[in-house]
Amino acid sequence: MEFVKSADVVVIGGGIVGTAILRELSKYDLQCVLVEKEPDVALGTTKANSAILHAGFDAPTGSMKAITNVRGNKLYHELQKELNLDIEWTGSLVAATTDEEMETLQELLKRGEANGVEGLKILSHEEVLAQEPNLQTVKGALWAPTAGVCWPFGAAIAFAQCAVQNGAEVIRNCGVVGFVKENGKITGVETTQGTIACKYVVNAAGVYADDIAKLAGDESFSITPRKGEYILFDKTARASLVNGVVFPCPTKKSKGILVCTTTHGNTFIGPNANEVENKEDKAVGSEGMNEIIASARKLVPNLPMGASITQFAGLRAVSSTGDFVLGQSAAVENLYNAAGMQSPGLTAAPAVGEMLAKQVAEAAGAAAKAEFKAELPAKKAFCRMTMEEQAAAIAENSLYGRVICRCETVTEGEIVEAINSPVGATTVDGVKRRTRAGMGRCQGGFCGPRVTQIIARELNITVPEVLKERADSNMFYEKYPVDGGEA
Amino acid sequence: MNNLYDVVIVGGGPAGLSAAYSAWQNGAKKILVIERDRELGGILQQCIHNGFGLHYFKEELTGPGFAHKAIELIQDKPEIETMVDTMVLEVRKDRTVVAANPEKGLITVEGKTIILTMGCRERTRGAIRIPGERPAGVFTAGAAQRMVNMEGYLPGHKIVILGSGDIGLIMARRMSLEGCKVQACLEICPFSNGLTRNIVQCLNDFNIPLYLSHTIVKIHGEKRVTGITVAKVDERMNPIPGTEFDIECDTVLLSVGLIPENELSRNLDLDMYPLTTGPMVDQHRETSLDGFFAAGNVVHVHDLVDFVAEESLIAGKYAALKAQGKLAGDVRTVKVNAIDGVRTCVPQRVSLPAEIPDDEKIKLYMRVGAPHRKVKLEIKSGDKVLLSKPLPVAKPSEMIAVEIPKAKFADIGEEISVGLVM
Repeated sequence: MEFVKSADVVVIGGGIVGTAILRELSKYDLQCVLVEKEPDVALGTTKANSAILHAGFDAPTGSMKAITNVRGNKLYHELQKELNLDIEWTGSLVAATTDEEMETLQELLKRGEANGVEGLKILSHEEVLAQEPNLQTVKGALWAPTAGVCWPFGAAIAFAQCAVQNGAEVIRNCGVVGFVKENGKITGVETTQGTIACKYVVNAAGVYADDIAKLAGDESFSITPRKGEYILFDKTARASLVNGVVFPCPTKKSKGILVCTTTHGNTFIGPNANEVENKEDKAVGSEGMNEIIASARKLVPNLPMGASITQFAGLRAVSSTGDFVLGQSAAVENLYNAAGMQSPGLTAAPAVGEMLAKQVAEAAGAAAKAEFKAELPAKKAFCRMTMEEQAAAIAENSLYGRVICRCETVTEGEIVEAINSPVGATTVDGVKRRTRAGMGRCQGGFCGPRVTQIIARELNITVPEVLKERADSNMFYEKYPVDGGEA
Repeated sequence: MNNLYDVVIVGGGPAGLSAAYSAWQNGAKKILVIERDRELGGILQQCIHNGFGLHYFKEELTGPGFAHKAIELIQDKPEIETMVDTMVLEVRKDRTVVAANPEKGLITVEGKTIILTMGCRERTRGAIRIPGERPAGVFTAGAAQRMVNMEGYLPGHKIVILGSGDIGLIMARRMSLEGCKVQACLEICPFSNGLTRNIVQCLNDFNIPLYLSHTIVKIHGEKRVTGITVAKVDERMNPIPGTEFDIECDTVLLSVGLIPENELSRNLDLDMYPLTTGPMVDQHRETSLDGFFAAGNVVHVHDLVDFVAEESLIAGKYAALKAQGKLAGDVRTVKVNAIDGVRTCVPQRVSLPAEIPDDEKIKLYMRVGAPHRKVKLEIKSGDKVLLSKPLPVAKPSEMIAVEIPKAKFADIGEEISVGLVM
């Protein structure tokens, strides 16, 4: 067997869960490699979700979801400082519109307290309006002060960068196609870039986690993708929507269609919850949009639909077990699963990372590293700098004086930095997720071509080679040859 | 103070250039034009087709040709300073403007008057909520036009155009000339929103089918666009079930409307006109905030650059006069109401000083809401008809401009109405 490289641990999947695990693993004396099939990390569920750091009152007490949710929420406070994560601890409301729903709030309150969530409180109609003046129809709400909103792709990228600065490796465009096994144990991971010899495998493959487990010989669970569609609004619409996070009363299937304002001031409505067969089906349908509009109107009757700027869909990885599938596989000794990471997976990710890294390190007999570099270099978006800071940034690097994205005020300096950082952007959407260039109201109409050209220049490739996001998603092509040129 | 200008102009497209020239002609001694792109001229620089300038320069020009002439008019004038590659970050109510430039750093300037000439931007896929996947290959027509005409790349090979506005039509022809196959042009309205000459020269001459009352109900493709599903729409513009069909393509170009680019105006709390989404202005193109003027597509979207330039001459003139203290104060304001088939009319108000200058006349620019034939445009003050003009054809895509002569000013009451008589 020929191996292209060897590692102690291979983590499969570069979403929020895989990167959080990789970061925790990099605290130990272990050689770790993360493989991601797409051209960038954070391309699956991590890029299309509600971005909420849940307080932890939803999941049944004692479940892995409940335990890792409450722990993960706490860990994000530390991570925010160390990794400059974009998080706003807004708190969240579960809004009740009927007497029946008011009773549900009491159940949620009790469950939350049992789960160890702090500060939960039932608010009256007036108290709700004081926080969210547009929720005119709401009778009362459950207030969870420990909830927040974050920037999920930013978090996954920061986790990956932190792991890399501690010796881990992230390989993108590297899909897993099989496993090499000896005596029931995995000895190698077969990828599209060759086989990697390894001692342990962590499966954090999102909606594909069941397929990966099956390939390795673990058929103990299956994953059903459950699609959630979203509509995102312009920042100017915030005043007629909500300031923070507002859930309706939950149903069996999901936490319901919420109205929530992101860390950058864009409010969204969504997600609905519909099971789909195809694990790549991220299409947004008109029925889905109508469903979320109708539902959100129950909370905010006057939705400013003219101010919508984009729509997107994500797939929840719903496990057949009803809970997260975490830890050592019963079927394959050196396989560890982090599967079924639907909500509150984003919140739970750091706690799941902590738990799985510890398990793997113990099994491997690996000690904690003497020096773990927990902090990433501080950086601030140009648009959030004071005028003095902006002037200083331009004086130091003139590229900060060229604004490429008008809507979000993103400079060429930031784009170049996003490309040239560890686990850097290689695609137009990769730049978007790292800098917000193209995330505003014109949706890249102005900056898209310019960002494409900057990527080509920085990566020393041609403009037609630049991808929007996935393999073969080229943005532009060479012109046809003229007069005597070859067709 | 060195950073104090008579007139600061935000945006160096046709509106900004004309406003600068006019401000200079009218005596302003220190004028600054700030442009975000690497050269002056704005979107004209990517409009390499002809058809520009017939009214304004009295000759047919290409977009860059028009831009060149407009730039020439302001060049080598010590009173006019221009900054390119400079993005205005903020315009403040105290008439200071903050901008960023790679070499000059963060710049703060002050204007005795400010003219907003930021132009417009294109409505996107997200704004009209086209269902489907989100692959590469969906572009606004203008973004694709820049890539083809200025940077030298194709947005794709097999094209469908959504929207029959002028940019979409121009791009249908442009892509055909580049060797691409333009499969269809789709229009949700029962009529085209482009100029007639563009329908003929850009679609008919290239055998490109125009589907009226049709829209895209789904975009296909996980990586790059592979095709679209199209449906016919009813009179309320809802897709009719059962009428769907697929068109194969790798590119969708959107020409679904333009929106005045007022991101910078927002901070100023100007009175805005909901139907144009631009600031409300008087006949001098002064906004609701003293000393702030606006002209061109930032006020309302035009179909001809000639009208943009013409309107900006007005803004430049009165901003210059105001900066020199030569603009008489208003004694009364007349409201201009668009009624009966006229959808929008600019200016939205007329400011009248005690002594109306001899050269003052009021030019009104309007758009109708739906196409009409053989109607009459009437401007009235109460029951008194100030102006009546027969219109053989009135189309939403073609702006109508009329002038109220000075002699009629005496007859103007508290408000005037602009409407169609069928």
